[in-house]
Amino acid sequence: MRSVLRSLGRSHLVSETGITFLSIALAFGVGCIILWAGGFSIPAVFANLWKGAFGNRLALGQTLTKATPIVLTSLSFLLAFRCGLFNIGAEGQMYVGAIATATVGAYLRLPVVLHAIVALGAGALAGAAWGWIPGYLKAKRGANEFVTTMMLSYVAIGLTDYLVAPRGPLHDHAAWANQTAAVQATARFARILRPTQVSWAIIVAGIAVVIVWYFLFRTSSGYELRAVGQSPTAAEYGGVRTQRKMILALSLAGLLAGVAGAGEVLGTHFRFVDGFSPGYGWDGIAGGLIARAHPVGAIFAALLMGALRAGGMQVQRSGAAPGDIAAVLQGLVIFFIIAPTLVRSLVRWRKGKSR
Amino acid sequence: MSELAIEMRGIVKRFPGVVANDGIDFDLKRGEIHGLLGENGAGKTVLMSILYGLYFPDEGRIFLDGTAYTHYRPAQAIRLGIGMVHQHFMLVPRLTVAENIMLGQEPSRSGVFLDRDAAIRKIRAFSEQYGLPVDPNAHVEQLPVGEQQRVEIIKALYRGADTLILDEPTAVLTEQEVQHLGEALIRLKAEGKSTVLITHKLREAIGMCDRITVLRKGKVIGTVAAAETNDRELAEMMVGRDVVFTVQRSEATGEQAVVMTAHGLEATDDRGVEALKGVDLDLRQHEILGIAGVQGNGQEELAEVLTGLRSLTSGTVKIGEADLTGRDAHGFIQAGVSHIPADRHVRGLVMGFSVRENAILGRHREKRFSPTPFWQLQRAVTRFSREIVDAFGVQTPSVYTRVSNLSGGNQQRLIIGREVTKAPHIIIAAQPTRGLDVGGIEYVHEQLLAMRDQGAGILLISMDLDEILMMSDRIAVIYDGRIVAIKDPDETDRRELGELMLTGATLGENKKAADPS
Repeated sequence: MRSVLRSLGRSHLVSETGITFLSIALAFGVGCIILWAGGFSIPAVFANLWKGAFGNRLALGQTLTKATPIVLTSLSFLLAFRCGLFNIGAEGQMYVGAIATATVGAYLRLPVVLHAIVALGAGALAGAAWGWIPGYLKAKRGANEFVTTMMLSYVAIGLTDYLVAPRGPLHDHAAWANQTAAVQATARFARILRPTQVSWAIIVAGIAVVIVWYFLFRTSSGYELRAVGQSPTAAEYGGVRTQRKMILALSLAGLLAGVAGAGEVLGTHFRFVDGFSPGYGWDGIAGGLIARAHPVGAIFAALLMGALRAGGMQVQRSGAAPGDIAAVLQGLVIFFIIAPTLVRSLVRWRKGKSR
Repeated sequence: MSELAIEMRGIVKRFPGVVANDGIDFDLKRGEIHGLLGENGAGKTVLMSILYGLYFPDEGRIFLDGTAYTHYRPAQAIRLGIGMVHQHFMLVPRLTVAENIMLGQEPSRSGVFLDRDAAIRKIRAFSEQYGLPVDPNAHVEQLPVGEQQRVEIIKALYRGADTLILDEPTAVLTEQEVQHLGEALIRLKAEGKSTVLITHKLREAIGMCDRITVLRKGKVIGTVAAAETNDRELAEMMVGRDVVFTVQRSEATGEQAVVMTAHGLEATDDRGVEALKGVDLDLRQHEILGIAGVQGNGQEELAEVLTGLRSLTSGTVKIGEADLTGRDAHGFIQAGVSHIPADRHVRGLVMGFSVRENAILGRHREKRFSPTPFWQLQRAVTRFSREIVDAFGVQTPSVYTRVSNLSGGNQQRLIIGREVTKAPHIIIAAQPTRGLDVGGIEYVHEQLLAMRDQGAGILLISMDLDEILMMSDRIAVIYDGRIVAIKDPDETDRRELGELMLTGATLGENKKAADPS
């Protein structure tokens, strides 16, 4: 599987964009067959999917709100992927980042703006620390990061769960729910598409895309990181300290996931709420793959997944089909994305026919 | 039943740009141990791969027990009683010895249940019969190489092999294990099995085989009875005497200060086996120091320890006055060492990167490309890569082309361009012309001579004796992890070097030194 994914990472953005869109189209096509077989109305499902995702200001707000953390977790996955590593632990890194941000946001007293920046920074650092652990274990002990990142994810979710549980140190005594106290007004991100929950977090995500792109393709540090991902032996020949690069890559991946959690706290919930994520961290894995490991692609991948999540809820409400159809579509998109040879052979077959 | 187990007639096999087997005739008698001797690239392994069905010959026929075949696949070869033990073992590390051996031929009880005990009984019987001790229940990953090899041999016998092909079986073995292998081969012979032993070690060929066939550049030079030949004759057959000079080398001039000193270098190879056993070398300005030797005598490891890619277990490396012992590749690059690596696909280039990105590999930290780690000057990188492409004649559609789309010669030009434009004072060039056509070889030679004339000290590691003789100002011969001699190219010849390379000593005059044990 590693080699398949590696070849994916190597694929060139421009020439591969068409293949990506074709994969998405194929996924929707197969989705139609499933709907048809299930006896659902295909037009009704797609009409509701669209309506729920982009139909009006509220729907668009839903899509953007959900896409925001997915952009960041996708970046998290693809950054590590560019270094030849699999960060399966964005979910946990996001939880750790969120709890750190919520703590700083609720208990520290700082002037407006600065408070938000410090809280965001705390979340980023906490996420980075959570990513550093598997990075260190990988570099020094050869521990498989696929396993360690995923397992640390469960540790993080359990740990934060304890912290906000009724007898946990960060539990909000004013409420019955498992959550922290509210973040002070000085640390909150402004909402920018009222009355929806879209906030400055989306701007932060956008800036992160630019920074990650710049880092990967316009700095020698990013060059080294990509060299390690492509060929550790050639990178070593070029004087790159490959183990340090691996630690850096997983730390930065954790940092980005931590920022995703911070954005959820400062822009969406204004506190850490236990189980706040419906799986944004896991979505990042799919997002990074759909983006073909390119930071700009992460925006579109996240929008697609945010739209599927938002639209899926509308499909459910309308009764046209179970909302899970969105998850089915998402799964199909990923399936066709990581089967690029299949899609490519379809393209060749078509070309052959038209001749 | 014919007397010959195998007869190969007029075998021709071409690969792009090279004729690996050029009309080879080979025969193997029943119950014979037949050595196939030759330098690397002589075509030994290709010939035996054809016999095992891995390659189809372009021309020629194979007679197995008197029946003619033009080609067949390995599965058929196995059914016809041919077994091959490859240089790299084909075993599943996680499985036990018994599981590996019965893989693909699992005995079953009533067609459903795996009859492990039957397999183990059969393995024990083989083990006993041929003197090949193995533990059927041990996991392969925990076994030493020697035992893994025995497992491979039993696997072939288990599948009913009457003819065994062993590809460089002794390369991975200790002295004692070689002895055991020899004894096992004699037992096999007594049972009527025939063996082909591929090797490039003269003494083993003479000591273990009945007859020896020598290949050179895809052709049979001759077949001799082991009892009637000697080291010297075989060495001459292997390396030949004809030298073709394509580049005129001028005498070295200029200062001859020592730029690199290696003292007592010891290192292990990837398997943890001792590969360098105390190498002393000094490299001077304005010279090409050729390292002659048969592959696998430590030259890969030598190149790696002199560039920081492999750590030393003992010894010191100095560049000028600076001690670089224990430094990594980055340290050696900083100290002004350029490296043209033996394997461009694994070391020299990042195959998924563009020409442009590869042009700065190892140089990407230079201030002109990257004033800080967080700022890479794209225009400077592009301009520089274009300069290299133009100056060194790299044929590429653009600098944005992925380097994997370039031919081997152009990839090598790119590496050389990158490495020599550093104006290094030390160049470690490992097999710099491997896989290149004549024009490419000449080009690389000219570049290296030009660098020497500008004052660089160049360590040239090559398996090609002609190249060493033509290019070097001094020749060091490496054998079994040691430098056994340093010669002036004008005062030596192929024969003497060949003897040194193949036996670690000159034959005849100095009997004592010929036996290092």
